[in-house]
Amino acid sequence: MTATKAPSEPRSQRAVRRPGDRIFAGSAKASGIFILLVLAGVAAFLVSEAVPALTAPAEDVPGGEGLGAYVAPLVLGTLLGAVLALLVATPLAVGIALYTTYYAPRRVATGMGYVIDLLAAIPSVVYGFWGLAVLAPALVPLHVWAADTLGFLPFFAGPASTSGRTMLTVGLVLAVMILPIISAISREVFSQAPALHREAALALGATRWEMIRMAVLPYGKSGVIGGAMLGLGRALGETMAVAIVLSGGAGATLNLISSSNPSTIASNIALRFPEATGLGINTLIASGLVLFVITLAVNMLARWIVNRRADFSGAN
Amino acid sequence: MSTDTRPAAPAPVPPSRPVRVERRLPRLAPLGLYLAGLALGAGVSALTGSGLASTVVYGVVLGTLAVYLAARSVEGRRKATDRLVTCLVTTAFALAMVPLVSLVWTVLGNGLARFDATFFTNSMFRVVGEGGGAYHAILGTLVITALATAISVPIGLMTAVYLVEYATGRLKRAITFFVDVMTGIPSIVAGLFAFALFTLLFGNDVRLGVMGAVALSVLMIPVVVRSCEEVLKLVPNELREASLALGVPKWRTIVKVVLPTAIAGLGTGVTLAVARVVGETAPLLVTVGLITGTNLDPFDGRMATLPVFAYYQLTQPGTDTQAFLDRAWTAALVLIILVMALNVVARLISRLLAPKTGR
Repeated sequence: MTATKAPSEPRSQRAVRRPGDRIFAGSAKASGIFILLVLAGVAAFLVSEAVPALTAPAEDVPGGEGLGAYVAPLVLGTLLGAVLALLVATPLAVGIALYTTYYAPRRVATGMGYVIDLLAAIPSVVYGFWGLAVLAPALVPLHVWAADTLGFLPFFAGPASTSGRTMLTVGLVLAVMILPIISAISREVFSQAPALHREAALALGATRWEMIRMAVLPYGKSGVIGGAMLGLGRALGETMAVAIVLSGGAGATLNLISSSNPSTIASNIALRFPEATGLGINTLIASGLVLFVITLAVNMLARWIVNRRADFSGAN
Repeated sequence: MSTDTRPAAPAPVPPSRPVRVERRLPRLAPLGLYLAGLALGAGVSALTGSGLASTVVYGVVLGTLAVYLAARSVEGRRKATDRLVTCLVTTAFALAMVPLVSLVWTVLGNGLARFDATFFTNSMFRVVGEGGGAYHAILGTLVITALATAISVPIGLMTAVYLVEYATGRLKRAITFFVDVMTGIPSIVAGLFAFALFTLLFGNDVRLGVMGAVALSVLMIPVVVRSCEEVLKLVPNELREASLALGVPKWRTIVKVVLPTAIAGLGTGVTLAVARVVGETAPLLVTVGLITGTNLDPFDGRMATLPVFAYYQLTQPGTDTQAFLDRAWTAALVLIILVMALNVVARLISRLLAPKTGR
């Protein structure tokens, strides 16, 4: 290796900054900052349009009892549907993720992952169609059965709906919709579980399930939790499927199977907004602001959990 | 491994007491037992006279039980638990297939009735009963989605370039975090944002196609950023260094070396982002509304879009209900086909434009 001679001229300046470079770097940075501004703008414009409803006298707000009384049942309905979806979807999604990563035959496993991802590609309005035309009628016997046998619980107090357009059906439709989100993230973390841990467990004589319980689940736990939170965020904000399926609008109730259900924030906006005028619009935007704050909090928490895991990812 | 240190094996002596024997079920036995359980379940539900759903439920429960009990008695507790979990996990997967198959089947069955030329060439202008189509809505969806793409791709791509090539420190972390958070904004909130923005600019009761495009952009930008960022990270640093070492300015390195190398992934990411927003209904419902005629100018009044068209055909049918329902289902079918086609295109792009690797 021959030593090259150092350039004889001392460098008079640091690296040249061409105008092209400056413009390009500047515009790249500007778009990054623009995105932050958009997010801030979403909050700012919603607040500015919600203010008339916040300051209006209580009897002018639709419902006549003030904004709090208007939004509270909607918040309850939103949380009820989303939590129900989460309870149904999370165990299923974990099972699916385990199946595609450790149980399915190797050759078809990736294809099965794609098939599950297809569920995420279907537009929400089509889920609404399906929920209304297929799932709701199919679940009517379940409603009747639940009212008969589980009627002592406040959730199944009945009387059972005859159309099936209830919070229970909505929860199941939402569960199908968030299933691919949770299972995609779970699949990713499960497949990243350190091979050494897995092989060590198997070498010690563990069965496949014991290997998963000892090496995969502890590693993937925070990923599953984060994925579930992301799914929760999606279920909270889901609009069209709920608007089509649910026959809502009644006051606050925990009853999942009767024909009087609280509506959800998002579906209430979709149903009322096209015909709303004046203060009605401001009220709906104020309820949208509440939804925005709830989903923002859930999403930030979820991202924090997912990202925290990435720091000690044991993929090395 | 050498075996020469091992002493010569003595003649096999029969063990004084029986060693633990590993007993296993034959390879196909669990499957057979499961099927037997299924059949039994079908029989039980046939006797009680119940429907298809309960047949499957009984069958799955009995099949799982049969496998578990057999494994428990032959192979022991631990193996039995393993087999039980295998059954449960497989059931979970099969259960997830039910809605997918049912949904596609229903939409196909109901949607094919009006899947004809009239649907694609006629609008709903002065149509009150049968006939009519979604020509105006399909074109409206294409115009608004194209506009949203034209807004989102430059911003999203430049942000991804910034994050990968330039950004450091707090601003980078802030942008990454908030882009992630932005992917979770409910679509209806994005619609309300566009509505509030344009109401402040142009006064009350404004409904424009471009409002819908802005709302869709809010949903699309974070998706574009995330996918482009992942792809740009994959471009090998050697390429950048080689180009810079030749004295090429950094911006030309990015434009001429980094982006062309990543073009396949960028195309895929953008196409998937389009697929995500093309079926969005809620933001268009509150910003663009619906009309029956054809309006292709996004800066002038209401427009029709396919998802909103489908929604109103279903929920607000006129006197001839069946005609409206048929149109709604066909619109849903077209929507699914559109999204699936975009997904296929995305895979094709990633295959066709993939960088040629060395032979």
